[in-house]
Amino acid sequence: MSVFGQFLRFVTGSVRIVTRGNALYWTWILSLLVMIAIGATAYVHQMQTGLISTSMRDQVSWAFYIGNFTFLVGVAAAAVLLVIPAYVYHWKPIKEVVILGELLAIAAIVMCALFVLVDVGHPDRLQHLMPGIGTLNLPTSLLAWDVVVLNGYLVLNFTIVTYLLFMLVRGKHPNYAIFTPLVLLSIPWAIGIHTVTAFLYNGLAARPFWNSAILAPRFIASALCSGPAVLVVLMQLLRRFTRFEIQDAAIWKVAELMAYAMFLNLFLLGAEVFKEYYSGTEHLIHMQYMFAGVGEHDAIVPFMWTAVACSFISFLLFLVPQTRKNPITLNLGCGLIWLGVYLEKGMGLVIPGMTPDTLGEIYEYQPSRTEWLVAMGIFAVGFLLFTLMVKVATPIMLGEFRVAGDEHAHAPAKPATA
Amino acid sequence: MNAPDTTRRDFLCTLAGCAAALAGACGDVTHTEFFRSHFKELTPEDLDGILKKIERECETKYGKDVDVKNTPAREGVQFAYALDISRCVGCRRCVYACVAENNQSRDPVVQWIRVLEMDKEKGIDFEHANPYYDAETVPRPGHTYLPVACQHCENPPCVKTCPVGATWKEPDGIVVIDYDWCIGCRCCMSACPYGARRFNWKEPSLPADEMNPNLHVLGNRPRPKGVVEKCTWCVHRVRDGRYPACVEVCPVGARKFGNLLDPSSEIRYVLDKKRVFVLKNELATHPRFYYFYGL
Repeated sequence: MSVFGQFLRFVTGSVRIVTRGNALYWTWILSLLVMIAIGATAYVHQMQTGLISTSMRDQVSWAFYIGNFTFLVGVAAAAVLLVIPAYVYHWKPIKEVVILGELLAIAAIVMCALFVLVDVGHPDRLQHLMPGIGTLNLPTSLLAWDVVVLNGYLVLNFTIVTYLLFMLVRGKHPNYAIFTPLVLLSIPWAIGIHTVTAFLYNGLAARPFWNSAILAPRFIASALCSGPAVLVVLMQLLRRFTRFEIQDAAIWKVAELMAYAMFLNLFLLGAEVFKEYYSGTEHLIHMQYMFAGVGEHDAIVPFMWTAVACSFISFLLFLVPQTRKNPITLNLGCGLIWLGVYLEKGMGLVIPGMTPDTLGEIYEYQPSRTEWLVAMGIFAVGFLLFTLMVKVATPIMLGEFRVAGDEHAHAPAKPATA
Repeated sequence: MNAPDTTRRDFLCTLAGCAAALAGACGDVTHTEFFRSHFKELTPEDLDGILKKIERECETKYGKDVDVKNTPAREGVQFAYALDISRCVGCRRCVYACVAENNQSRDPVVQWIRVLEMDKEKGIDFEHANPYYDAETVPRPGHTYLPVACQHCENPPCVKTCPVGATWKEPDGIVVIDYDWCIGCRCCMSACPYGARRFNWKEPSLPADEMNPNLHVLGNRPRPKGVVEKCTWCVHRVRDGRYPACVEVCPVGARKFGNLLDPSSEIRYVLDKKRVFVLKNELATHPRFYYFYGL
């Protein structure tokens, strides 16, 4: 069979896999589709009325959408936490789930792109970003850099995963001369996407809350918490619902790494808090708005203390071996980390950075109904994409889905990298 | 434009044809608009077509004869602005004259100038400034007034940050925006330390009888929703040798404007005879907008 023929069978086989499933699977898929439909309706409404249907205004001109974008860049970048130990230190148990990390990265980048898309006033002009037709303002615009690195990261991860799965599905080993350099490239690239996204804020001297040199390290540290939290939960789900064997040791190792990452995250936050409160310059007001409120403006304060509490409790849960190894406290910790980082990035970064505005005015922002619904729709798109990709990848990794003839029946049952 | 470039553009145009069709289906974007070049690369014919199209659209929408100009920067002209804080009484006439002159939206209210009322004892203190004071009762004792609009910086952070180059500094120092190129990402608004930029959160409303028909393509022509706008020092007036509307209307003569390269200009006089300062000096944006205490 030609490679093209095999690829066609790979594609048709994949379609067959995603269209078969039990009641639970279809309930999940249909709920996601309903959420996507609701989100799309809200977005159409936003397109018709303009961004006035969000709560953003001139004073707070970036908010919930861009916060979600930032959070998801972190999730996408966090694939590295699994790739680094797996490929650099040859830790066997972790290698199996690297592919899942990369699938997660793909889904997260797609969500990132959608959050930028819904935030811009003229999505019909995005061709102005395309080299050749438009004018991508390099090297000075950080958003232009972000467009480049995020698209590159998407292509890179998509290539790695498709190549690996297509080789496995034919019962072949990947060509390591091609595969290893690509995987190694994805490590600095992952750090790169989150660094560039941090620089997008960091470079703006007009916003002292963001204009701090530890912003990029803080981004990386929090990403190394939130990304693996998803994967730890996913690994347990796969273990329960498929024949996929994932050792406890792999999960515990990831959880331990998350504890270190969370320590770093909290330490950097503490450094930031110290600097602002001790020096007490006029720049302190943003942090005051975040943690104490300014005058009667304190809508964000409960969220921020929740975030700090979540981060701190999950740090303790993952630090202590007994709670790290207990499935209940482990999953509780994952939930708290996710919530903590989501609040910190989704609301705690963007909104206090813009409140008060550059001329001292306080406009108290809270997401509008449209923003919640559109965001829900985008998350549903990401979860749907991720579900479908995992549904196809799992039987391939387990050796249950092959397109070649019987001569490869005894092909490796696990990813050749395992 | 040279030949290989044209070929490359044509090729990419073909590739993006589907996207164009899709975008065209969503809004009334024509093929020409979709593949338009950046403003600075437009041929004279293309630019002329664009000006004519804006004129046609305005005439249909507002029912009056309009003139859309593209007066370019003149050689030997470097504009600058100075404002005498000790004279300003905070009457906001500049704000309203600007709105009328530059066709800003009435609903939602878009104003390019923000006047801040400040405690005299605190000096220039944005944290305690009040932009919503009652202009009927000014000047209130113990207060000073600080009007702020685009500072037309020498080193504009907004221009640096725009991902598509939709905003730039003209040779005469005016920072402009191409409303047909702006994608509405609002990076420039995050980057501006002076809160000078406004976004059209919904379709701007402008009563036909109040519409100013003397238009500049990079200035006061009516804007669509979803793009950023700001003060252009009345580019449609100043390049014809007139004062910006705010300078003309100011009842106390607090506003001075002119050509830095003209030794007899008012702005030159202020810079030579008065002690001036700029806002947020520490950010090194180097505003072309100076403040001074004339009295």
